[in-house]
Amino acid sequence: MTDILLRTSHLSFAYPQRSSSLFRRPPVREVVKRVDLAVPRGSVLGLVGESGSGKTTLGRLLVRLLRPTSGGIQFDDVEIGRLGEAELRPLRTRIQMIFQDPQSSLNPRLRLGVTLTRPLQIHGRLNGRQDQRDRAAALLDLVGLPNSLIDRYPHELSGGQRQRAGIARALALEPDFIVADEIVSGLDVSTQAHILLLLRELRARLGLTMVFISHDLSVVRLLCDDVAILQHGEVVESGPVARIFNAPQHAYTRQLLSAIPLPDVEPGWLDDSSPLFFSLKQGSAA
Amino acid sequence: MTAVLAVHDLHVAIGRRGAAANVLRGASLEVGAGEVRGLVGESGAGKSMLGRAVLGLLPENAVIGGGTIRFEGRDLLAMPEPERRSLLGRRIALIPQDPMTSLNPVRRVGAQIAVMLRHQLALSRHAALERAVELLAEVAIREPRRVLELYPHEISGGMRQRVLIAMAFACDPSLVIADEPTTALDVTVQRQVLQLVERLRQRHGAAILFITHDLGVVAKICRTMTVLHAGRVRDEAETADVLARPRHPYTRALLAATPRADRPAEALRPVPPALIESLWSEAHRLDRLAVAGPA
Repeated sequence: MTDILLRTSHLSFAYPQRSSSLFRRPPVREVVKRVDLAVPRGSVLGLVGESGSGKTTLGRLLVRLLRPTSGGIQFDDVEIGRLGEAELRPLRTRIQMIFQDPQSSLNPRLRLGVTLTRPLQIHGRLNGRQDQRDRAAALLDLVGLPNSLIDRYPHELSGGQRQRAGIARALALEPDFIVADEIVSGLDVSTQAHILLLLRELRARLGLTMVFISHDLSVVRLLCDDVAILQHGEVVESGPVARIFNAPQHAYTRQLLSAIPLPDVEPGWLDDSSPLFFSLKQGSAA
Repeated sequence: MTAVLAVHDLHVAIGRRGAAANVLRGASLEVGAGEVRGLVGESGAGKSMLGRAVLGLLPENAVIGGGTIRFEGRDLLAMPEPERRSLLGRRIALIPQDPMTSLNPVRRVGAQIAVMLRHQLALSRHAALERAVELLAEVAIREPRRVLELYPHEISGGMRQRVLIAMAFACDPSLVIADEPTTALDVTVQRQVLQLVERLRQRHGAAILFITHDLGVVAKICRTMTVLHAGRVRDEAETADVLARPRHPYTRALLAATPRADRPAEALRPVPPALIESLWSEAHRLDRLAVAGPA
């Protein structure tokens, strides 16, 4: 047994595009290109990129909501890239995903207690109604939500509470591996900090291995051990958090880091001679 | 010197009598000529409502319970509606949050800019299009004539936001309300857009009320800032002062809860729930006072 829980090798994914002709093979758009990742057991990997970088598609590949076009995914030394739905089923209890928008990923017609225990029910791990309520109560407790929310509907919850619920549902099956996709990006600063600290605590307590997808490098620094920077579907740089933040090698990583507005007054920040402004100067001179 | 914008003791409630929720509870702020003031707060703080109140674009079920909004010395709330409307776009402009929903999806970019220019500046069709080309060039759009022929969905989010910025500054307004204009953008694009706003502000000499939840953005573009929570002003000073020596506990808590890419993980402290509760209960106490009337 290695200490790498998840590994990808030359992982690629392409969406077919609409074909111009019936008889021609449809053109494809590659959104994930030959990605090699290794996530050690118990560690958190941050996957950072801007919109269109392929980070969400990569996350969906890792939990096998998508099937790779080529390349492989090894989970706990088993190749899962080509497995069919039936073969994947036992693995689904070990791999979970937390979605960006808890508003749309929680069923609005189900009470929270039912939603949280749905994964247990689907995998036949519930013993009647009392067991369901006990499990739901334990899950609420795990993510710091009051027990009184058990019979509430998602719309009665605040954004932060909904995201906690999303985390609780992902933890219901006691998975080893979680992919979290932009789960704090819609939250206010005060709520966001609570969720980040909750994730850190859960990670330490449950020994979770995680891939944390975000466009926000500040958040990644807080939670992750390693970072991979994605641009146009390719990993341009990866390594330990401290190294990437203190000594970024790739030009794109440096550009991303310098674009983050830190809450400090910095007079020169706005008058930068970025390529945009070269064209502006030319434009106004003409 | 009179302020371009002076909001004083503004009260706004949403909903009908009996079931109304107060969103602004006596908020006051000033924006001087050419000043960029940040209006910072979390969701529900009332910051967008304040911006909308200034623009006269409050939702239909909103009730202004009291206060004044003075623009260049004249009270907007006491002004006849047609007169107030004539200021919009010309003297007071808006850069909206969502560039996708703020442009008409079924009309070409050029037609939308031209309609605005013809209406506001009474330009001829030809002159309006020529001016539109200049405006797009000013916001660093490379091939302005080509872009004018495109529909909003055919250009990127950053470019759509630049089109809206160009439109906001087109009539040389003295006040621009920027309502979270970079929230939906990637960081690299955000930086370009902020650089552009600053450049246009300098060129056109407008004052800006910059509404945002991001303390980092405020630090970079606003010389002064106002912190709003539960419809009340909690802190207000030069940005450098507020960030270095926040006076109100809420501002301090907000700064401590903001993750920073330049600091290791241990530095983060979330906002204590007790603080938020006490701020809200104070706000609700004020609401009861208002309902009961002064003793």
